[in-house]
Amino acid sequence: MKFGVVRFPGSNCDQDAYYALLDQLGQPVEYVWHQSTDLRKFDCIVLPGGFSYGDYLRTGAIARFSPVMDAVIEHARKGRFVIGICNGFQVLCEAHLLPGALVRNVGLKFVCKHVHIRVENENTPWTSMARRGQVLRIPIAHGEGRYVADEGTLAELEAANRVVFRYCEPNGTVTQESNPNGSMGNIAGIANERFNVLGMMPHPERAAEKLLGSADGRVLFKSVVRALHTV
Amino acid sequence: MPRVKVYVTLKPTLLDAQGRVVQNALTALGYDNVQQVRMGKYIEIDLGDNGRPIGEEVAEMCDRLLANPVIEDYRYEVTE
Repeated sequence: MKFGVVRFPGSNCDQDAYYALLDQLGQPVEYVWHQSTDLRKFDCIVLPGGFSYGDYLRTGAIARFSPVMDAVIEHARKGRFVIGICNGFQVLCEAHLLPGALVRNVGLKFVCKHVHIRVENENTPWTSMARRGQVLRIPIAHGEGRYVADEGTLAELEAANRVVFRYCEPNGTVTQESNPNGSMGNIAGIANERFNVLGMMPHPERAAEKLLGSADGRVLFKSVVRALHTV
Repeated sequence: MPRVKVYVTLKPTLLDAQGRVVQNALTALGYDNVQQVRMGKYIEIDLGDNGRPIGEEVAEMCDRLLANPVIEDYRYEVTE
């Protein structure tokens, strides 16, 4: 049972993820350099937030071709767990492990604040310890987090309950006002068809202890730890 | 050596947030005939000869890296 946190040049939430997993959740975790090509000892790979390769060309576009990404794709293909947070979500979309793309926020602003997201599907390895409709208070920090996809992809995501999190009001109502970046369908996080790959813009690793304002992110990591133990 | 000029633009169906802001700024400067502004990327590539047809190779570069087909369109021209 081991987590691997990938470090790309420009990753900057790698230490937050490492700290949350080790110190707050007591899980074994190691850093994985982007040149690594062997992920066999890891059960869950974390692609952290940051600005990999300076966000040059497009967010995640260069990181997607890092040597480690072939191994991440293989890891995912085997049904093992991968979570991409913020820049990690952008990398997963560029790598086609998740559909759609993340583009410039509608307001053009870099938005850094706590938001509320609603758990839309509790039958995933990432949310099994949450309730459907549960509202989590988790920070976002991004300039390019507007989720977009074509109509067919959106319909597919909705039909298969692959929208895992949606931006909402504190009471759980999904409104345009609670959408911080203009994402289609207020989408904050999605999973792949098998639900072993999750991408989300909010930072659960920054909401892993009360001291930091919220411990609501813990439920994700606790859920995946439980899933690892029952695989 | 052939120089390839690649233009990458956001798909017309997508809201171009940057373009919208630039449009508003132009309107504020008094250019009230500005109907729409869309922004994109311009990439220049000097390409050595490797025997492959230039068009084929450039299209491949665009599909794999330079543009994201989910959100962007591209076109290119080759100059000597």
